[in-house]
Amino acid sequence: MIPRHLADYLESSAARCPERIAVVDSNGSVTYSELNRQADALAAFLAARGVTHGDRVGVVLPKSIPAVVALFGIMKAGAAYVPVDHTAPAERGQRILTDCQISALIVDARCLGVIPEQHGTSTALCAVVAVGAASDVPALGNRMTSFDGALQSGDGFTIRERSTGDLAYILYTSGSTGMPKGVMLTHENALSFVEWCSSVFEPTENDRFSSHAPFHFDLSVLDIYVAIKHGAALYLISEDLGKSPKDLARFIAVNQLTVWYSTPSILTLLLQFGNLEAHKVPDLRLVLFAGEVFPVKHLRELQRRWPSPAYYNLYGPTETNVCTFAKIPSQVPDDREVPYPIGFACSHCASLVLDDERCEVAAGDEGLLYISGPSTFRGYWNRPAENAAAFLERSGVRWYNTGDLVRWDPDDGFIYAGRKDRMVKRRGYRIELGEIERALYSHPRLREVAVISVPDPDAGVKIVAYLSCHEGDRPSIIDLKTFCGTRLPAYMNPDRFMFEARLPRTSTDKVDYLALKNSFLTPAAV
Amino acid sequence: MNDVKETIRQFILSAHLPGESPDNLKDDTPLQTSGILDSLATLGLIQFVQEQFHVELDVYDTSVERFDRIQDIAASVARKRAVGAHPS
Repeated sequence: MIPRHLADYLESSAARCPERIAVVDSNGSVTYSELNRQADALAAFLAARGVTHGDRVGVVLPKSIPAVVALFGIMKAGAAYVPVDHTAPAERGQRILTDCQISALIVDARCLGVIPEQHGTSTALCAVVAVGAASDVPALGNRMTSFDGALQSGDGFTIRERSTGDLAYILYTSGSTGMPKGVMLTHENALSFVEWCSSVFEPTENDRFSSHAPFHFDLSVLDIYVAIKHGAALYLISEDLGKSPKDLARFIAVNQLTVWYSTPSILTLLLQFGNLEAHKVPDLRLVLFAGEVFPVKHLRELQRRWPSPAYYNLYGPTETNVCTFAKIPSQVPDDREVPYPIGFACSHCASLVLDDERCEVAAGDEGLLYISGPSTFRGYWNRPAENAAAFLERSGVRWYNTGDLVRWDPDDGFIYAGRKDRMVKRRGYRIELGEIERALYSHPRLREVAVISVPDPDAGVKIVAYLSCHEGDRPSIIDLKTFCGTRLPAYMNPDRFMFEARLPRTSTDKVDYLALKNSFLTPAAV
Repeated sequence: MNDVKETIRQFILSAHLPGESPDNLKDDTPLQTSGILDSLATLGLIQFVQEQFHVELDVYDTSVERFDRIQDIAASVARKRAVGAHPS
């Protein structure tokens, strides 16, 4: 059967290998038949409550079996899931869920603060399903149900009409205007990527996949759907386990994981603090990394500790998922210092490198990378101006401008060369510095705000906020950290706060970011 | 106990809050839940505490509930040291 929908993968694996373990979390495991049954029950419940084809349903849950049930249940009901970081400030989650006008929400009982304000029909939720013991939310009345209650009451599931063009999920990324923007991805987008993964990585039902990335991060798409498609076991890594490299290294070894996928930052932490010598991993056959540059010295060292797996560098923005890839040699040479390239376009993607005038650049010259193909997203949710700017139509083909500067090399493929705008990558997450500035500008004691990024040998980039204050009214650094902590995810909280009487300005009275960067990098010269 | 708290305080101030007055970082100031320390910074603090005080911390000890305030971290160190001194 040719899959037309991500839920098709679960249903065929449940039919083919019903008793195999599908998902493992810190509380236990679930078989394919049981996962499919629970997803059917949740879909039936959501449909009975009024969730319909094309709706959006929020998911605010830690990595867990109920979270996987939620993703499939929502898609089976014909809706798209919108995963929101349950550890990020509730106010940010609330803005995201309000922006995409969710019709229902599956939420951890400790995170009820993300529920959008209930006033008027445009914000009315038809159901809130709480996982864990939840206190009543009076505004919701009987629209709130427990997860177990929803599964028990949901029966009589019938498959709704499925189309590859249906929206599968919306992933929110940092937005330059201060509001995160929703990247809309269809089933076709995800299926084409999963099918490519199958052809290159050749998974089987004997594989045991790590699931390290949270579900609001696009790396999770590979973990979940490639594993489920092949009837493999998916090992969810909780936030607490993810923070403890020694326990994580033991977890990988004890559970005999065969496929690992994460950002290089996590692999570096495992290398530095995981005591990898004590935990041999002969079963590990694939190490995939994406989201940021992997410093070669760490990659080389990792290969020495984990010599058996094949290593791949995967590249791609949320808008296309992985679109280029490079296989890393089994032994990174001792004298190599340059990071590995992002490689060649995946077989389901086409690529172009254009200059500012949208003319193709010569091989070896720097230009912007454009991607087209079935994995390229539909657009940003409710952002017509940004959609118009994101795509280029050429000979009937729609090309997405990644904003990433690359150079082409016939031997290595694409070499990443940076960005022209103010977007930075940190631990694989995209950060628009403007979003941090907007959060800081809402601080009553700050007069001017400018946020820059500077290279950092350990963290990749360091985020530095330059501030000026109203006369004699300087907030403490703890106050600023805490202020940002209530408005931004932890990875966006600035590392340093620098105070100036006035921020430097250019001749056109704009903040002089270059002067600030130079001032930070060479303070003695200023 | 006070020495432990002071050592942890100085580490956090120098590594993550340069320029901050020590008086503002109190024993009960939330660290992880406030945004002062992100996951990477927390990991660095865990490593520092283990090496500095010669204790082994596991996932339980370093969960947000037990590793969010200087006073809680110092209590974990004291507990671990007591177990180490009187193995059962």
